[in-house]
Amino acid sequence: MPEPIADHGGRRTPYGPPGGVERLAAALPGRLRDALPSEIGLGSPWPVRVDTFLDEGVTEADVGAWIQNVSATHSSGDALDIAVRDGRIVGVRGRSADRVNHGRIDPRDRYGPSTGDGARLTSPMIRQEGRLVECDWDTAMDAVARRSKELLGPPGGWGRVGFYTGGRLLLEEHYTLAVIAKAGIATPHVDGSTRVGDATAAAALRASFGADGQPGSYTDVDHCDAIALWGHDMAESRVVWERMLDRRLGPRPPAMIAVDSRDAQVAKEADVHLPVRSGTNVPLMNALMHELIAGNRVDAAYVARHTIGFAELCRVVEAYPPKRAAEICGVPAALIEQAAEILGSCERLVSAVLPGFYRSNQATAAACQVNNLHLLRGMLGRPGAGLFQMTGRPAGQHARETGATGDLPGMRNWENPDHVRELAELWNVDPAAIPHWGPPTHAMQIFRYAEQGSIRLLWVSAADPVVSLPHADRVRSVLESEGLFLVVQDLYLTETARLADVVLPAAGWGEKPGTVTGADRSVHLCERAVEPPGEARADLDIFLDYARRMDFRDRDGAPLIGWHDAESAFEAWKACSKGRPCDYTGITYERLRGGSGVQWPCTPSSGHGAERLYAGGRFATDSGVCQSFGHDLATGAEWGAESYLAKEARGRAFLHVVDYEPSSEAIGDGRPLYWDPVSKQPIYSVATVPVTPDAAPDAGAAELAEVGGGAEADGVVPVEVSQRLEEV
Amino acid sequence: MHLAHYLRLLHRSQTALAEAFREIRRGHPHEPDMYGVCERLAVQCRDQARWLEPFVRRYEPWTSPAQEPERLHQPLFAGTRPGGLGLLRDLHDLYLLVTECDIACAMIAQGALGARDDELLDVVRRCGGELAVQLLWLRTRMRHAAPQALVVAS
Repeated sequence: MPEPIADHGGRRTPYGPPGGVERLAAALPGRLRDALPSEIGLGSPWPVRVDTFLDEGVTEADVGAWIQNVSATHSSGDALDIAVRDGRIVGVRGRSADRVNHGRIDPRDRYGPSTGDGARLTSPMIRQEGRLVECDWDTAMDAVARRSKELLGPPGGWGRVGFYTGGRLLLEEHYTLAVIAKAGIATPHVDGSTRVGDATAAAALRASFGADGQPGSYTDVDHCDAIALWGHDMAESRVVWERMLDRRLGPRPPAMIAVDSRDAQVAKEADVHLPVRSGTNVPLMNALMHELIAGNRVDAAYVARHTIGFAELCRVVEAYPPKRAAEICGVPAALIEQAAEILGSCERLVSAVLPGFYRSNQATAAACQVNNLHLLRGMLGRPGAGLFQMTGRPAGQHARETGATGDLPGMRNWENPDHVRELAELWNVDPAAIPHWGPPTHAMQIFRYAEQGSIRLLWVSAADPVVSLPHADRVRSVLESEGLFLVVQDLYLTETARLADVVLPAAGWGEKPGTVTGADRSVHLCERAVEPPGEARADLDIFLDYARRMDFRDRDGAPLIGWHDAESAFEAWKACSKGRPCDYTGITYERLRGGSGVQWPCTPSSGHGAERLYAGGRFATDSGVCQSFGHDLATGAEWGAESYLAKEARGRAFLHVVDYEPSSEAIGDGRPLYWDPVSKQPIYSVATVPVTPDAAPDAGAAELAEVGGGAEADGVVPVEVSQRLEEV
Repeated sequence: MHLAHYLRLLHRSQTALAEAFREIRRGHPHEPDMYGVCERLAVQCRDQARWLEPFVRRYEPWTSPAQEPERLHQPLFAGTRPGGLGLLRDLHDLYLLVTECDIACAMIAQGALGARDDELLDVVRRCGGELAVQLLWLRTRMRHAAPQALVVAS
């Protein structure tokens, strides 16, 4: 595999920031922007460069059709076209018109669309006398439906069925799965691999701003005068990284800060590199805020008008002068002061928070501190002032929005009875049937319930938890147990699928239509480029088939799932998103076809998606809007509605701040598995085991991305290995 | 004067609580989220007990040990039980133990007001704040566990 950044070294496209007038224009809402005179350049100044990767021996002239799609290897949402010849995928090409990538793609995207190679599953399978044997769809699906009905019969049946999903499903599939689980089976036991990828990003966004969703836009890279990378591996999001490098090579380049315990590529590029000791992000952030406050660099008017908690923040960070943080973090105080100088003097700051923060001690708290920096300096909601809590999997963002992982659909708050009622009305079911007595069950708890024997049917779609979850040996023994009926829906006979009672062959990326939402809220359309091999089916069709066999009904006896294909599923999702922060109602397949991706929120009247959230400092923290009533960051205790109402947030953001606490690991109690108490993301679970792309193309890059949240540089993929809590 | 009795009561309860958090952590090694939080809260309880020690010494000279009412100390937690229901019962016991610390703190705060002891007041209020979060966490964790343990598990 070619090293992309090096490859494009000769094709760099340096550019400078747009002028003040352009910046002003970019800050206007979409409708007003349309009314501006044409001589104002409204597009991004980042030059277009179309990358094409075709199979050896194939030229553009050989390509029969270019089919619109999006990157399957990461969450950036790089739009691409799949090259098809004679019903086979022969390459990919970036889409020049797209707002996210301007034609660039990552060479790994060639491995994104699934290939119909010999290893693919082509027929359903069912376990007979201990062996998996091929069968037809009716036999397989009847077995799943029959077992589901048996389990749902006695009281508490909802608690016997669980779902675990992964990063390859499209938005329509995740939403359909969420409705089946939350209104059909009526179980809270639905989660996905986002739990080990970007649960902390979501938790931090909810905690600070009231709701999930990236505040920034990738165009902020065009406008910014400083870039801060919190936690290594920005270079992993290669196209966004190239955008940053291009700015660095152009006129008036932005300064760059990297907090990174390793000497990675990002660290070499940065002007200030802070190689902090692992697990000490919180004291570093506290020291940076200490310096901003001490140097009078805080936007006092913004903080007073748009935030809550400044006095408490001052009280806590007062104890973190750079000298103290330097001792804890193991970096020179002068470097911390230098970084604070950049953060304090810049006018437009772009931050990206990355796994180095999410998979570390005090994860949610540390990620919230980055939000704090932007709040303290009023660096949100205008061109160049952007914040990204990055995600790993291509489907991560929409999985969270649609409720296929630990949330209610449409970023609704399970503690808010009005939100539950909205869903009940939308689905025409009894509100009591929607599980809302607690948050949706997180992944490791689902496996724990299966281990204890109370979950007895587990349906794994597009994920390989035996490989990708921590405690692999325990996960395996849970899935092997006699009492558990395991359904696995995947492209290949994965390690998990080998343990299944029923295996359902699914269609891969490029073999099914639907939409994908990228990290900066850009929604992209994927068209079907080729047919899935053999009898493999789109995941959506499998879920719809199950819903039919289960005969899920609404209150009036009509089918619960009223849609029948991707586009009608998207329309159903739009109705669910209406009025919520992630409003999709203005987006249609027709608008997405041919042109660029469109960002949510997008209502029919606006015509354009909103480029940035929280313009004017209005946040989603109103008690009727917010996605969560908040948690204690140290324990995960829920504050509850009463306490939230007493805070009178009314659209102001929360400045959460905590003291540094050494990790449990540092206490010296063995090397236990540790979970962030708020996001329930595993922290000490990932060991990096090299898996070369040569060994992995069969798995497809979407599956690579599945393992540990995104393939790493140099073909090294993080593979989570088992650890034994018993040793503690 | 009986302030030292109550301080000792609280000290003993907090020490017991610290040990109970550790025991729960050890007794339920397969619960995914118990390790970190229980360890942290155990340390917190132990620290609280330490903060109280100077005050026990401060008020001891005025308090005769013989005056301590009988049965002031009652063990509320006697080891962990296995399984989902066992975890719920263990957390339930812990909740009662934290409640005992919490109300003892509140009474000592009243006592500190009467003794015009701002230093003690400051310490027990800090303890009270932390105990409130402990209660909230236990409540959160138990509420999540209850439906599965009570309705689903056989």
